[in-house]
Amino acid sequence: MLYREAGQFKTTYAQDMAMFPIRQDRIAFILLLALAFLVVPLLAKLQIWPFGGEYLLRAILIPFLILSLAAIGVNILVGYCGQISLGSGAFMAVGAYSAYKFGTGINIPLAWLGTAIVIPPLPVLPSILLGGLMAAFAGVLFGVPSLRIKGLYLAVATLAAQFFFDWVFLRVPWFTNYSSSGSVNAPALNFFGLTMNSPIERYFICLSFVTVFALLAKNLVRGNIGRQWMAIRDMDIAAELMGIRPLYAKLTAFAVSSFIVGVAGALWAFVYLGSWEPLAFSIDRSFQLLFMVIIGGLGSILGAFLGAAFILVLPILLDQVPHALGIPISVETVSLLVFIITGSLICYLLIVEPHGFARLWSTAKEKLRLWPYPY
Amino acid sequence: MSNVSAATSPGSAAPFLSINNIEVVYSHVILVLKGVSLNVPAGGIVALLGANGAGKTTTLKAVSNLLHAERGEVTKGSIVFDGTEVQSLSPNEVVRRGCIQVMEGRRCFAHLTVEENLLTGAFTRRDGKAAVAADLERVYAYFPRLKERRGSTAGYTSGGEQQMCAIGRALMSQPRMILLDEPSMGLAPQIVEEIFEIVRDLNQKEKVSFLLAEQNTNMALKYASHGYILENGRVVMDGEAGALASNEDVKEFYLGIAGDKRKSFRDVKHYKRRKRWLA
Repeated sequence: MLYREAGQFKTTYAQDMAMFPIRQDRIAFILLLALAFLVVPLLAKLQIWPFGGEYLLRAILIPFLILSLAAIGVNILVGYCGQISLGSGAFMAVGAYSAYKFGTGINIPLAWLGTAIVIPPLPVLPSILLGGLMAAFAGVLFGVPSLRIKGLYLAVATLAAQFFFDWVFLRVPWFTNYSSSGSVNAPALNFFGLTMNSPIERYFICLSFVTVFALLAKNLVRGNIGRQWMAIRDMDIAAELMGIRPLYAKLTAFAVSSFIVGVAGALWAFVYLGSWEPLAFSIDRSFQLLFMVIIGGLGSILGAFLGAAFILVLPILLDQVPHALGIPISVETVSLLVFIITGSLICYLLIVEPHGFARLWSTAKEKLRLWPYPY
Repeated sequence: MSNVSAATSPGSAAPFLSINNIEVVYSHVILVLKGVSLNVPAGGIVALLGANGAGKTTTLKAVSNLLHAERGEVTKGSIVFDGTEVQSLSPNEVVRRGCIQVMEGRRCFAHLTVEENLLTGAFTRRDGKAAVAADLERVYAYFPRLKERRGSTAGYTSGGEQQMCAIGRALMSQPRMILLDEPSMGLAPQIVEEIFEIVRDLNQKEKVSFLLAEQNTNMALKYASHGYILENGRVVMDGEAGALASNEDVKEFYLGIAGDKRKSFRDVKHYKRRKRWLA
């Protein structure tokens, strides 16, 4: 009843092409933004349930937002352009370590030229964005093989990126500023003169990044370049026959995807972890991101959020269940049970809806439009 | 809904295949078939005609139970093949009972040879190698071209040969009913004629019934005994092939022959009104 678009006429192309062409969707989106930007901080400030402590913000919302951002990046490459990548963890690492280097200053002595490349420590925001840019470079570099190899073989080739960067950040002390333990500390989160340290401020940083990049990504994928990616995904030969350059389309997908993933990596390191070592961006992270995208829905920005929520939040919630119900089970049993339950839920979901949560959502919307008639 | 077809069904005895008022829904939301009924008599060739997206392929897939692969399901009505309801059977069980579909676009196994392709058709049979070998010879007798190309990889044979290979493969399961989906797709008119001749031959000599989904209305009506016209998931017209071929509306909308009288748009509307009444 509520979700009905009858009477909403579009009189211009701009209206027809709008991001949320249906009024109810627009309202829902604005409400969601208001919830995220106003209600959550307000509740946190007033310490109203469930924001009694910092737990919800620090352990759930912040990682959820950052991983959603990374999943958007992976979705652009895997879901929209059809290039399976297992190197997303590596690109996150590139983003994180580059941002760290830009944030702490770079000094490359070029003795044989009698000079040196010196970049003074940059503020945090440019560091993060430059980190994304470096990740984009790395992505393009490792995306070049995608012009010749496809499918699973490409996945293996991008795996090379994962192992290579794992090795680089572990073995080349320059990246960690010669820290003896191999772990590094993020510079102070100083945005435009404001130091943002409390969980709610960190939440704001992540939320702003995610909102901006999600809108950016949404606009990219429904524009010219996005259509090129999808054409390459659906049938690369046909796309080439239509005059789409595979080189350009694939490498831009790699670049944009790695940029977003790199920014997410920098946020993960700076905002969520604070201090980290290469293990934070291991191959597990790559797989996690890929699963988020597949379960959330390939080729959907919304799917990235849903997938991130499922993969990240579900185990945490399941972890709390026995404790909340007062069932005396040891912590180890619980963690193993969580693995079993999450695994079987993933199997079940992929059987019931192979196209992921995003498709479930769109089917539900379709049903709502027709309600109370079945079809 | 459309009991018109039942009333005018060919053959007075119980039909070999009868589809009774089925509704098909894809992904729980998209209603594709809105009550389709049709009958195929034993040993008949029935043509299922209609434009793109009318629901021809969906009807065939509903019979052979292949809708689940595309997230579709039959929500209403029943399909009776040779006296048993087939909706609850698995696709392989339907084949075992003698009803096999030849998919649109051939779908040969591209990396197998022609002969290997044909042999895969005998997968459901349990009557021994000798019987299968005899059937293989029989198929080669109907399709001499396939015998010439028996050793070549199916992917590298011509479109017509692939279509023959697909029909031959279906024959290898010893079917009593073949659901033939668009055999003329992408083939030269001469080859189309050749294939239809073979279909008629098979029908007469082997007593195989055919349900033929086609866009090539002219050709299909020439070889079929009975025709059904689908539009938007409904049967809008049915009858003897000859009667359909000479029908003014069919001529105008499917055969591209404009009649003398109906030229104004109002007459088109008249046709549409009639369609609604029939449905």
